[in-house]
Amino acid sequence: MLTSLFQIALGAVLVENFIFNKFLGCCPFLGVSKKVETASGMGMAVTFTMTIASAITWLIQHFILDVFGLGFMQTVVFILVIASLVQFIEMALQKMMPALYSSLGIYLPLVTTNCAVLGVALLNIQNDYNFIESIVYGFTAAVGFTLAIVLFASVRERLEYSDIPKSFEGLPIALVSASLMAIAFMGFSGLKVV
Amino acid sequence: MNIDVMSIVYAVGTLAILGLIFGIILGIASKAFAVDTDERIGEIADTLPGANCGGCGFAGCNALASAIVEGKAKPNACPVSSNETYDRIAEIMGMAPAENAVRYGARVVCSGKNNIAARLKYEYDGVTDCVSAMRFGNGTKYCEFGCIGLGTCAKVCKFGAISIQDGVAVVDKEKCVACGMCRDACPKKIIEMVPYDSSIFVMCHSHDKGAAMKEKCTAGCIGCRMCTKVCPTGAITVTDNLAKIDYEKCIECGKCVEKCPKKIIKIDTDKAVFFNKENEPVSVTPKN
Repeated sequence: MLTSLFQIALGAVLVENFIFNKFLGCCPFLGVSKKVETASGMGMAVTFTMTIASAITWLIQHFILDVFGLGFMQTVVFILVIASLVQFIEMALQKMMPALYSSLGIYLPLVTTNCAVLGVALLNIQNDYNFIESIVYGFTAAVGFTLAIVLFASVRERLEYSDIPKSFEGLPIALVSASLMAIAFMGFSGLKVV
Repeated sequence: MNIDVMSIVYAVGTLAILGLIFGIILGIASKAFAVDTDERIGEIADTLPGANCGGCGFAGCNALASAIVEGKAKPNACPVSSNETYDRIAEIMGMAPAENAVRYGARVVCSGKNNIAARLKYEYDGVTDCVSAMRFGNGTKYCEFGCIGLGTCAKVCKFGAISIQDGVAVVDKEKCVACGMCRDACPKKIIEMVPYDSSIFVMCHSHDKGAAMKEKCTAGCIGCRMCTKVCPTGAITVTDNLAKIDYEKCIECGKCVEKCPKKIIKIDTDKAVFFNKENEPVSVTPKN
């Protein structure tokens, strides 16, 4: 049990990193990665949402969709669930944990329609994970996302101070360095817990 | 083709019911988790520029708005806004119109253009950042006080008002809102806040003695005191070999500009009025 959970975690964080291997969540990866501070804030918001979304969507899939034989409705229902979930979390946080809200608040709406969140919900079902495994997969995939975006933001902070050819300034050099990071992460492929 | 009508009904029904349930939950949640926020915060935040430049010292326009409502900041705490904005904020707060602040503009007080006026010690090829270049013998110029020209100020400017011309940062007066970010970022501390309407500036920040200054830069103040002698209102003082204008006394007659042997006292707007030897106003086009 523990080994399989560890295997899922290792796979989600490094081997099949959401950004570098599955290309999910590329929008915030490029959009919110100019500063390490904002990148880690975004990473935290994604981690928070993905973990809860994995749990809720798993329950919906197994207790509503499967019961009524509506498996094909997955995508639409999950989008609906995630969007309202994020809204709900935002309101609850604002009331109950103002400190957490002020640090995550501005990133939460960005997460609403994030494909990484929908992706993790769908992958949980596809991979036939049980409830615990789904939550672990959701959490660790988000940790992988956070790792990638924070590393990338640190690279971009350094890029700010580099002498870059005019035509490469800004997004072009960011894309080039993102692809180099993806190649680096390819080194993890084949990593397995035996 | 065989269409299973029931599955369509189920699909639509499930989605509708789920949507309804979530709608109700969110509706209840918005009531249950309603946070009492002072509506004045929103109104003030709408009045503020919304650039989140941080010039006021708070995290952004929303943070300043709540600080104003809580009484931690004055209605005219935003350095970027105009007097009308201050009055509107004071009105929202139910206070008397705030005392109007003088509008300021940033100015880089250096005219030591690379290899034109200022001599360079070495060719710098490192990280394009003034703070980094400072570590190598206090920058590339022989003059220790001059602008390094790698654009640390331009990078922090949220309004795109600073550009680098021949190794010296230049502030675009039209775009500058005097938030003070550049002044704080400059490692040489050569960016000054001057009254927005003033048009005469001492474009040097060097405290070197005249002879030493001539060696390092042809556009440096040598502390000759010609300007102090010619100034009719005594607005210019020379301390530590550097002329300084007191803008409360300056009448913008332009005599110092004509007299300065190093041509580092400069005018930069065409509305400046000059007086000839007979003390009659003459208009002069700005020189560089």
